[in-house]
Amino acid sequence: MEASRRKFLRIGGACALGLGALGISDALAGSSEERETKRAEALSAARWGMAIDMKKCWENGKPGCIECILACHACHNVPDIGNRKEEIKWLWTEKYENAFPGQLSGLEPPAFRERPFLVLCNHCANAPCARVCPTRATFKRADGITMIDYHRCIGCRYCMAACPYGARSFNFKEPREHIKTELNRAFPTRERGVVENCNFCEERLGAGKVPACVEACEKQNCGAMVFGDLEDPGSKVRKLLAAHFSIRRKPELGTEPGVYYIIQGAHYA
Amino acid sequence: MKIYDGKFIIAGLVAFIGLATFPIWSNIGKASPLPEPKLDTPAIQQMEQKQCVLTRDEMRTGHMRLLDEWRIEVVRNGGRIYTATDGKIYEMSLQNECMRCHSNKTRFCDACHSYVGLPNSTPYCWTCHIAPREKD
Ligand code: HEC
Ligand code: HEC
Ligand code: HEC
Repeated sequence: MEASRRKFLRIGGACALGLGALGISDALAGSSEERETKRAEALSAARWGMAIDMKKCWENGKPGCIECILACHACHNVPDIGNRKEEIKWLWTEKYENAFPGQLSGLEPPAFRERPFLVLCNHCANAPCARVCPTRATFKRADGITMIDYHRCIGCRYCMAACPYGARSFNFKEPREHIKTELNRAFPTRERGVVENCNFCEERLGAGKVPACVEACEKQNCGAMVFGDLEDPGSKVRKLLAAHFSIRRKPELGTEPGVYYIIQGAHYA
Repeated sequence: MKIYDGKFIIAGLVAFIGLATFPIWSNIGKASPLPEPKLDTPAIQQMEQKQCVLTRDEMRTGHMRLLDEWRIEVVRNGGRIYTATDGKIYEMSLQNECMRCHSNKTRFCDACHSYVGLPNSTPYCWTCHIAPREKD
């Protein structure tokens, strides 16, 4: 064939143009309508965070109050395995020396050291769990929530080794058999072989509700847990943090926890 | 030509072919009946226009892709609402939306899935997602 080289180039050019146009039409189709959206009432933030005022928790709550823990575990179908080694926990209590080991002088008021501190996933800005996850099952959402995509979790437990706060639990057993609360039929359980942790109630935020623990605490008229946007200077958490001294768990590790503990001057003698 | 031990070899071959084709001839004449996914749930009976999220054909061949799209959108992108091509609004949820209408999982989803040879426990979604309560 005589003009084969010219013809080839011409056809090649036309094909390249066509391919280019495909990209454009794709982009146009994508921008013209959004099929998947948030609910209108969904709460949003640049970075979700929490402040816990332990003095309020101890003094305003009824003795031994753990309403927040019960609310959290009931609404997320968290099982009660009944042994420490295999327990599943999203929100639990820890002694001061375990929660804040680097901030222990040994000379704190003894009563203070006996009190329970509420602990949960810190939803760190530099989350080590998300960094080590080989399947990207654990990842940081745009709003700062450290989230597990249970569909991708292969149960390797790297994240548990990476988390300096012990905030992750592994399902050694089929969790469904150990759910002692009434099943919340709107939220999935987990299964044996996946890791789980607190999700800052992302499913409730998406429906315009504050986290279950915060709601339970408010119901007790305790007001120890305050939730909000850490990047919005006008938010309730930020105002609280601006007015009170607070500490975070293991700040020396550089994980930038999103959960703050307000320490109010008080006599615990 | 003489085959040494011919009768053993021929008999062995016949037995082998018989065994290897067992799945084929043992099924002749008893093809399992086509599944009939039941659409008689209370939620669907109340609908004026019996319409799924997508058209019936699209749902039949593509429901697993739609579910995959939904879960990625919800879990990874935080979206919750799906606007179908006909403008109808759906919550992107397997257990709260699909099963609200198809509350007869065993006679709908499972009917097809066991026909195509997915055991009832797979799709493995139901180890975590809570299946609707069914009477029988
Ligand atoms: C609003 C109620 C409703 C919701 C929500 C709904 N469906 Fe349907 N679905 C229907 C109806 C009604 C039909 C029958 C449609 C028809 O006949 O055209 C149907 C048909 C189907 C079919 C085809 C059945 C067949 O016989 O071919 C499949 C598969 C299906 N739905 C799966 C799903 C899945 C998966 C979801 C969630 C992503 C879902 N449906 C959500 C009402 C619903
Ligand atoms: C009309 C028949 C039919 C109905 C009804 C149906 N499915 Fe399916 N489903 C199939 C077929 C066929 C496959 C593909 C199986 C394969 O690829 O091996 C499938 C695959 C799937 C998969 C992917 C499984 C995998 O392991 O990849 C999911 C998830 C699924 N179906 C969910 C549902 C749910 C939930 C319902 C009920 C609301 C439903 N299906 C109803 C026929 C059906
Ligand atoms: C290891 C447990 C687990 C398994 C197995 C699982 N899921 Fe999920 N799935 C979850 C959790 C947890 C969520 C988050 C729910 C939320 O945030 O509201 C979720 C969310 C979803 C969502 C969006 C929200 C909703 O309420 O449905 C879809 C869709 C979904 N999964 C589909 C599937 C399908 C299809 C399968 C089976 C192929 C499956 N999932 C298997 C745990 C699981």
